[in-house]
Amino acid sequence: MLCDICGKNPATVHLTEIIDDQMKELHLCEECAHDKSEAMEQQFGLSDLLAGLSEFGKSSKDEALINLKCPSCQLSYADFKKLGRLGCSECYNTFRKYLTPLLRKIHGSSQHIGKSPLNIKPARSSSPKKRDPLADARLKLVQAIEKEEFEEAAKLRDQIKALEAKANKA
Amino acid sequence: MQLSDLLNHTSEWLKGTGPNSEIVISSRIRLARNLAGVPFPHWANATQGAELLRLVAEAVSHSDMLKKTTFFKLEQMDSVDKQFLVERHLMSIEHAQKTEEKALLIDNDEMISIMVNEEDHLRIQLMQSGFNLFEAWNIINRIDDQLSSTLHYAYLPDFGYLTACPTNTGTGMRGSVMLHLPALVMSRQIERVLAAIAKLSFTTRGLYGEGTQASGNFFQISNQVSLGHSENEIIENINGLIRQIIEQEAQAREVLLAKSREVLEDRINRSLGTLKSARIITSQETIELLSMVRLGSDLGMIKDIDRRTINELFITTLPAHLQKLENKKLSSQERDLKRAELIRKKLTFL
Repeated sequence: MLCDICGKNPATVHLTEIIDDQMKELHLCEECAHDKSEAMEQQFGLSDLLAGLSEFGKSSKDEALINLKCPSCQLSYADFKKLGRLGCSECYNTFRKYLTPLLRKIHGSSQHIGKSPLNIKPARSSSPKKRDPLADARLKLVQAIEKEEFEEAAKLRDQIKALEAKANKA
Repeated sequence: MQLSDLLNHTSEWLKGTGPNSEIVISSRIRLARNLAGVPFPHWANATQGAELLRLVAEAVSHSDMLKKTTFFKLEQMDSVDKQFLVERHLMSIEHAQKTEEKALLIDNDEMISIMVNEEDHLRIQLMQSGFNLFEAWNIINRIDDQLSSTLHYAYLPDFGYLTACPTNTGTGMRGSVMLHLPALVMSRQIERVLAAIAKLSFTTRGLYGEGTQASGNFFQISNQVSLGHSENEIIENINGLIRQIIEQEAQAREVLLAKSREVLEDRINRSLGTLKSARIITSQETIELLSMVRLGSDLGMIKDIDRRTINELFITTLPAHLQKLENKKLSSQERDLKRAELIRKKLTFL
């Protein structure tokens, strides 16, 4: 059986897709299945992203990470992986290096823009507001769709994809 | 205030007033806040949990916006009362489980509620009737400021407000709008709309939040992203999306009226007929029939029943509400009888 998408390679992956109550079977080659799963990933929610953390722990460097503990509350990175929750506010400093890319994955940004508590001085009062280009592009996309500017939206979508790819590499 | 006082009171979100209230039931903003130096609730021991309750109670006593509020400790509460609060959307299902060191603060108007020691130390919630997120934000923002003048919030300049789960980090804000979309459901356009919403990183939930099914054509839509946008931007984004959905629902209603008025009238009036004459009715059937009656009222097909009466029935017919009204435990069969009786009374003696 040949792949339903490219029609060239033999189909080795078999998927059932339900769109508008219509069940459809797809037989794909490995390459097309990979592309398809990337497209599907974008539709999935945050729990899947968190579950994706379990990819850690495969190398020895990751093993050190798994055993890393927050000095303040004793929660380990392994605990975080298991529970999906951090132990205390200090964990954000302890696991900063690993949380930054995770936050970027979840929110498309790791830089807070918004209010701050009254008893804490705003951090960016002296420096000009540093904007996250990815967050900006996402916001513009929503606005473009709202205004039904679909050409602009398509451009922004490509821009976001490129930025996301860049962020993932970094 | 006693919990039973709430029985004779219409929750803010059920008033049936406010902008676009023919389609939008309510708008809600919640802020997740934690205190620095205290482990998050799931990781804290009993002493730390109790200390946190004390700190919050003290901060509340210093806030003039929270003067008319009551503090309930959940440990001492029976299961019907807890379910009653969940049914009124004053707290989450999660908060009603494992209640050690958990508390709930609510104001007399049921506009403000603060869950203490839920997933985060504080989950501050503000409800408004109709499509009104900015108003909700204005009020909750001031409450948050007052609390932050006494409580030492966990906050970092780059990550923003720190939360137990990184999905809430940043603003810690979730804005949700509850919509009634019967025409989009009937015309089978809802799947397409929901798919589009998911693509724009918004979430759709049922009446009772996370993990609940949409029923009675009610859909709760909220932002997923809480970091990298300001609070105002997040609200603007939700508003933009909601405006489009409102427009689509309004169009779908017009098309239904133009193309199948008789069918629609038949369905709405049959629903009302069943509600007025049923002797045994489940809560699921009630919600579905009330949804049709509400549509009838919104379209002017049903003139003698107002939106507020219908909205109240949505909630007073729920299991814990029925048991509070009867002031005793009722089995599921007993509830189905009492529910039918209550609905008949409300709808026939208008």
